[in-house]
Amino acid sequence: MMHQRGFIQRLVRCVAESPAAFAAIGAFMGLLSLPDLSMAADSGGGAGAVAYRDVPVIGSRNLVWVIAQLHLLLAGFVLGVPIFAWLCEVVGWKSGEKRYDKLAKEFTKLLSSAYSTTALFGGILLFLLIGAYPKLMAYLSDIFFPSFMVYCALFLLETATLYMYWYGWDAMSEGRSKVFHLFLGFMLNVFAFFIMIIPNSWATFQASPVVIAEGSDMARAWAATWNPTWWPVNIHRLIANVVLGGYICGAYAGIRYLSARGPEEREHYDWMGYVGNFIGVFGLLPLPFAGYWLMREIYQYNQQMGITLMGGFLSWLFILQAMLIGVLFLGSNYYFWLGITHRIPGSELKYRRPMLAMLIILLLCLGVWMTPHSLVASLEEARKMGGTHHPLLGVFGVMSAKMTVSNLMILVTFMSFIMYWRAGKEDTATWAKLAKAVMGGVLVIAGLVVVVLGVWGYFVPAIVRINYFSTSQVLIVIFVMLTITPLTALLLKSAKTTTEMVWGKMPPRAGYSLVLNAIMVILLMTLMGYARSSSRVHWHVYGVMRDSSQYAFSPALGYAAALMAANTFFFCMIVAFIFWVATMGDKAKGGKDGHGKDEMGHGALPAMAGGSPTLDKQS
Amino acid sequence: MGGSLLKPAILIGIVYVILKFVVPNIPGSAPLPSSLIFLYLMLTTTGIVIFATLSGESKDAFWNPIQRFMTGENIGGLQALRYAVLIVFPLLVGWQTYGSTATSDAPPAENRTIHPAPPGEYTGLSNPVAKTPENIMQGKGFYAAFCSPCHGGKFDGKGPAARGFNPPPANFSDPTTIAMLQESYLFWRIKKGGVGLPIEGMPWKSAMPRWEVELPDEWIWKIILGEYDGAHQSPRTWE
Ligand code: HEC
Repeated sequence: MMHQRGFIQRLVRCVAESPAAFAAIGAFMGLLSLPDLSMAADSGGGAGAVAYRDVPVIGSRNLVWVIAQLHLLLAGFVLGVPIFAWLCEVVGWKSGEKRYDKLAKEFTKLLSSAYSTTALFGGILLFLLIGAYPKLMAYLSDIFFPSFMVYCALFLLETATLYMYWYGWDAMSEGRSKVFHLFLGFMLNVFAFFIMIIPNSWATFQASPVVIAEGSDMARAWAATWNPTWWPVNIHRLIANVVLGGYICGAYAGIRYLSARGPEEREHYDWMGYVGNFIGVFGLLPLPFAGYWLMREIYQYNQQMGITLMGGFLSWLFILQAMLIGVLFLGSNYYFWLGITHRIPGSELKYRRPMLAMLIILLLCLGVWMTPHSLVASLEEARKMGGTHHPLLGVFGVMSAKMTVSNLMILVTFMSFIMYWRAGKEDTATWAKLAKAVMGGVLVIAGLVVVVLGVWGYFVPAIVRINYFSTSQVLIVIFVMLTITPLTALLLKSAKTTTEMVWGKMPPRAGYSLVLNAIMVILLMTLMGYARSSSRVHWHVYGVMRDSSQYAFSPALGYAAALMAANTFFFCMIVAFIFWVATMGDKAKGGKDGHGKDEMGHGALPAMAGGSPTLDKQS
Repeated sequence: MGGSLLKPAILIGIVYVILKFVVPNIPGSAPLPSSLIFLYLMLTTTGIVIFATLSGESKDAFWNPIQRFMTGENIGGLQALRYAVLIVFPLLVGWQTYGSTATSDAPPAENRTIHPAPPGEYTGLSNPVAKTPENIMQGKGFYAAFCSPCHGGKFDGKGPAARGFNPPPANFSDPTTIAMLQESYLFWRIKKGGVGLPIEGMPWKSAMPRWEVELPDEWIWKIILGEYDGAHQSPRTWE
């Protein structure tokens, strides 16, 4: 095994160092894409001008689909990570705790290694689009040329900033230069934000176009940019990127944890996994609200598109979505709970009951969320129900129920975190009893009000439900978070720690659950990517430019699901490769410290090979 | 085998019994399709596994008996049971696979999309008829004449002619039908009926008539007013 790995590493290094080898690989890749030369061209109506070109075997649409999805996932990661890498750095700087700085640097390492691949896929996507959809691209360029220019400029700035941020980390680690480094990190995020929202304007324009005939180029571009779904998508993506980044960093830590040899590494990656999961959950909590707002805007913009998504053939996607989000919620809570029972010795019995209660609530909510409005039933079953719509459980199928349970699940997950935060500590403040009573009261009342509003929602006009009830539910949940978080923080300030948290004692399944969570998020993004672009049905630009290619049809769900799975797989492989290359150096260094295997006993085996933290030598 | 395995097994059994025999017997209920029962049982099982593996001890209590049963030595009479499991389990999987792929005379499961997207030319319409008591009355009159045989005098989808139609006539007092839709959507559905359903609306065997032949547009708009009023619902709007 070792031997083989060494060989591949040498090969990669050799390729990276020798231009000749690089060229050879390039030529090989070129050969692979030879079939492109025989691409079929199709002039869809335009006088002589080519409207579409096809790619043999896989088809241009599928190829664009795969490349666009990979680009988007990479981009989500690259734009999400700097947000919390920078926050981590700030925390480290303010608190003086070196480990936060180290963690921020590790995040940035992953970021900078993924950055160029992201740009590469962006480039491939652009070439493909120009090649396969010339008419559409001409139309879009005509409208968006000004923002293309801004985009390029931003890209230059972002790249320069990232180089300085990453390569200057150690050089700018003290005093005033650290402040400058933090400033760089801040600017990195500013540029990243604009880099995200500009392409969003192109994509949202396709779904909800605003076309004005008069005015200057700038005015036209601006009107098209500020289309009805632009900001909802911006917000939704911003949050989702943080979630994606957090969970992927968590998965990275999970895998490093599973393969860690020795207590120190184990402790570090256990902690990093915890931070990654925390960031993911933190982003996950507001995400349903953002999604709901986006759906609302779409529906309001165009009833047809709204119904295609929520009641029409795409509505099945939301059942899949519920399943994936469900697993994600369960997985994240599971990780919190594992953390309580393993990192805080002796806490198991105390927290078993609350955990069981939370688990049951989560599962009940999930049951409601996953129950579709129209059910999959055989003819006989449907006949017994009098339709594909269960007379009793059918009520779970509509938005009022879904919104209610998603709010409850968010509340439960939030409480999991609070419980984790408080575990192993004992309140000393005189007002602790009162505070706890207030928190308990707030929580119970909030939960009840959310449920009552949810049930009541069935008996009021849709607009009242959407504008008042659903928003109140969201506000209530936010209110709970905003009261309980500071109260807990205050309580904990004076609390004394009864049991210290020990890191590096998590069982292997914790590491695997981190990986599972990351995969769920990736699947979710591929799923919703399909939903977003399929909701345009046979339009390139909704209601303005029709898709007249042979691929104008909406792919069937099973077919789409296969592509989503493939995209998820490709993305995981790419990320695994990038991280592996990026951390090759660490491992080589770690190896040189050179304790032999036998000195370290069983603890030196990676967890996935049967090693276990309990076998670490106590030293 | 340990009690920590018995409890989960009993729990799954109870949930199954409730879903299969108790829920369908609640008044106004109906048997659950097997896809739904499967879903809920999966959730229960997931919950059991999660709870059992929370701590090292509980995981061992849950997992060790299974492991010992499958791989342990000196388990006495259980040895025979182990072989039985090892033989029967693959057979069950095979049977299940066969059953789900073999050709049969049962029609395929239907996943009808109840509310497919309307054609673009209908989406922007608003009701041109004023919402006055007279118009509502008139609409209800038309409804009684044309629609109530199927959709019911009480707007509950239980008209005298309703039985036997699959899919059944829509129940307008159910908050999941017209209350979720805009008036323009109803206008389209009433005008074009079951035959006017788009591709997603398959299997296209709705008995809903295509009223554009019989009724002038104005009547349809009035019926819509009467329908919402009679069913105590209001249409989806954005203001
Ligand atoms: C022959 C029986 C029959 C008659 C008469 C009939 N309908 Fe229907 N209607 C149905 C059936 C069956 C459905 C459900 C299947 C479907 O959606 O097409 C339905 C569905 C509908 C829907 C769609 C509801 C939804 O949630 O999508 C509307 C609206 C409707 N009917 C209105 C009317 C009106 C108004 C009249 C009278 C002018 C009328 N129907 C007369 C059988 C009938």
